[in-house]
Amino acid sequence: MPDSNKNQDKPAPATPLNPRQRGIIVGASGGIGAALSRKLAREGFSLALVDRNKTALQSLCDEINKNAGETRALIYEHDITKYDSIPDTLRRVIADLGGVDTLVYIAGVIHFPALDEFNFPEDYKMVQVNLLGAMAWMSAIAPLFQNAKSGQIVGVSSVAGDRGRIGNPGYNASKAGLTNYLEGLRNRLTRHGVNVLTVKPGMVKTDMLKLPGAPKPVLAVEPEQIADLIWDGMKKRKQTIYVAGIWKWIMLVIRHIPSFVFRRLNF
Amino acid sequence: MNITKNFTQLENFGHSLNAPAYLLTVNIPEEIHAAFDLAKKMGITVTARGAGRSYNDAALNGGGIVLDMCGMNAITRWDKSTGLITAQSGATLEQIWQKVEPDGWWPPVVSGTMKTTLGGCLSANIHGKNNFKMGPFGEHVIEFDVILPTGAELTCSPNKNGDLFHSIISGLGMLGIITSVTLQMKRMYSGLLSVDAFPVKNLHEHLSALQDGAPNYDYIVGWLDGLAGGSSLGRGQIHATRYLHEGEDPNPCETMKIEKQTLPPYIFGVFPKSMLHYFMAPFMNNLGVWGVNTAKYIASLRKHTFRQSHAAFHFLLDYVPGWEFSYGKTGLIQYQSFLPKESAESAWTEILRLSHKLSLPAYLGVTKRHRPDNFLLTHAVDGFSLAMDFKVTNNNRARLGKMLQEFDKIVLQAGGRFYFAKNSETSAETAQAFYGEETIEKFKKLKNRCDPNGLLESDLYRRIFG
Repeated sequence: MPDSNKNQDKPAPATPLNPRQRGIIVGASGGIGAALSRKLAREGFSLALVDRNKTALQSLCDEINKNAGETRALIYEHDITKYDSIPDTLRRVIADLGGVDTLVYIAGVIHFPALDEFNFPEDYKMVQVNLLGAMAWMSAIAPLFQNAKSGQIVGVSSVAGDRGRIGNPGYNASKAGLTNYLEGLRNRLTRHGVNVLTVKPGMVKTDMLKLPGAPKPVLAVEPEQIADLIWDGMKKRKQTIYVAGIWKWIMLVIRHIPSFVFRRLNF
Repeated sequence: MNITKNFTQLENFGHSLNAPAYLLTVNIPEEIHAAFDLAKKMGITVTARGAGRSYNDAALNGGGIVLDMCGMNAITRWDKSTGLITAQSGATLEQIWQKVEPDGWWPPVVSGTMKTTLGGCLSANIHGKNNFKMGPFGEHVIEFDVILPTGAELTCSPNKNGDLFHSIISGLGMLGIITSVTLQMKRMYSGLLSVDAFPVKNLHEHLSALQDGAPNYDYIVGWLDGLAGGSSLGRGQIHATRYLHEGEDPNPCETMKIEKQTLPPYIFGVFPKSMLHYFMAPFMNNLGVWGVNTAKYIASLRKHTFRQSHAAFHFLLDYVPGWEFSYGKTGLIQYQSFLPKESAESAWTEILRLSHKLSLPAYLGVTKRHRPDNFLLTHAVDGFSLAMDFKVTNNNRARLGKMLQEFDKIVLQAGGRFYFAKNSETSAETAQAFYGEETIEKFKKLKNRCDPNGLLESDLYRRIFG
C-alpha cells in the first residue's frame, strides 16, 4: 500500500456508546499540526497523522497513543508534492480509520526573501506545498464529503494571504490562493452539509519564526493556544477565524490601507 | 471504476451509529464477483447489507465497500403443494409472507419486523417468538447458494457442504455472500392466531410463565416493565399464542387474504401512523415511560383471549413505522442477553436492579423462551432471552457504556450468550469468552478457507474478532 504502515494497530471501532470522530491531519508534525493533533486526540478523535517526516510523526503518534492509553493515532509518511498518490493514500486512511469526518490541511512552508531577492524556486516550493497540496487533498475528499452529506474541511491559511506585501510576494500569493480556494469550496459544499473552515493565524511561535530572515515576533502566541482556537472554530462550525482573535482587527485595518499608501510602506 | 460518488453515510437501525462507505448496488450475482475484484485492487474490504435492520454494526463497513443486496430480491420458485420457496437473498420476509400466505402457508420463523432480508436472516440466524419450538431460521433452510471471496460458487445444504451450511448460517456474513435461499414454509389453517394475554407480577412468575407456557403454545413472548422495582421487579404481560387448528376458522380463505393481514396505516381511522413517533418522543424519558408502562401494566391485568392476524402479532416493530425515531437524534441501543433457565432469574434481577440504581432503566423489555441449536456461532441457550432498549443521549453515553460492561460480566458469569443482530458494545474478550476457544478456532479456520485474503469484513467483525 502506498504511504502506509501496515503493522499499526487500528483504532478501536466506534460504537453507539463510544462514538469516534475521525480526522486526517496533513502536516501533522509541524508546530500547529502537532498541537492540534494532541488537542483532537484528547477530544476523542481517531487520527491519521500525515507528513513527510517519519521520525517526528512516530514520536508524536507514540506520545498521543501513550497518553490516551489506546490507539488514537496512525501515521502515514507522505510527500505532499506527490499529488498522484493522494487518492490512494486517502482511501487507505479512510479504511484504516473506519470513516472520516474531518480533514485538516496544515502543511505549509515559508522562505523569507531579502527585499531585493526574487527567488522562483522557493516561490514554486511554497505554492506546491501551501496551495497545490491543499487543492490535491481537498479535491480528493470533497466529493466524498459531498456524497456523504457531512464532514468538515479545515484549511490553515494565513493572515499573510489577505494582502500582497513587499516582504514576501510568493508566500502571500500561495496563502491568498488557498484562502480563495477555501472560499470557493465553501460555497460549493455548504449546501451539501459540509463545513469549510478557513483558519488565518497571525504569528505563531513555531520553527518558522526561527528561519533565516524571519521577522521579529509580534503578538506571537503558542501553537497550543492556536490549536484550542481551531478546535473551538471546528465545534462551532465557523467559516473563517483569525487566530489569535486580535488579528481580525489588525487585518481589518491592513486590508483597508489604500494602495498608494501600501506601496510606500516597508512591511 | 470511480466509486467516489458511491460514498454514503450509513446508519444502524437504532440511528445511534454511522459509518461512511462506498455503497454499491447488487442486482445480479456477477456484481458480487466484480466487487471482490475491486476491493482487492483497492486494498479495502467488503460487507453485504440487507435491509439494515441490525441494531449494531453488522451491516456497516466504515471506509470500505458495502453491497446493497436489496435489489437482488426476486422470488424465483414457489410450490404451494410442498411449501418450498426459493428467493434471492435480498428478498424480504414481507415479500415471502405475502407470496405464501394466500396459499395457506406462513414462514416458520420470522423476526419482529418484516423488512429483514433472507440474507440477513441467515447471517444472523434470527429467531422468533417460537424459538423454543421451531429453533432458529436456519433450521428451515433447505439449501442456499453462496459466493465465496475466493470466487467459488457453492450450494450448501445440511448434507452438501454441511460444515459451511452450519457456519455461513449464523456466520454474520463473514464467510461468503448468500445469493439465493430455499426455505420450507409452514402450513396454516387460518390467517388468525389465538392469543392468550395475562399479567405476571414479578420476574419469577414471568420466567415460570414462559417456561410452563411454552409447551402448550406455538409462540410465547413477554413484555417486561423495565421501570418496575421492588417486589414488582420483572413484572409484565405474557402473550401466549397458538395456531388455529383445521376447522377452527370457519372461513380461512377470507382471513388469509393479504389485506386482512396488512397493518392499517391509520389509527382510529384518521390519524396517520407514520406521524406517531413524533407524539411518542415526549414520553421517551424515565417519567414518561414510567407512566406509559404503569398504564400498560394496569390494562394488562385483565386476563383475556383474542384473535389476531399473523402480521399484527409478529411484526410489532412495523406497527409504528419509524418508531425508532422517537428516541431522538442520538438514537437507541438494544441489549439482549440469553441465559440458561437455571441462572436467568438471579442474573436478570441483578441487571434490572443495577439499571434502577444507576437510573438508566430499559424503556422496553421483551422476553422469550429459547432452545439450543447446532449452528456454529449460535446465540441460543436452553433458557430465556431478555432484550432491553436504552435511549442514548450525549449525557448518558459513558454511564450507559459502563453499566453494559457490568451487565456483560453478570451474563458471562451466569453462562449466558449474546446475539449480534442486537448488541453493539460487546467486546472481543466477551465474544471470545462465550463462544469459547474451540468455536473461535473453528470459525477462523473456515474464514481462512473461504476468505484467505480477508476481503469480507464488517465493523462488527473487526469489533469482535479484530
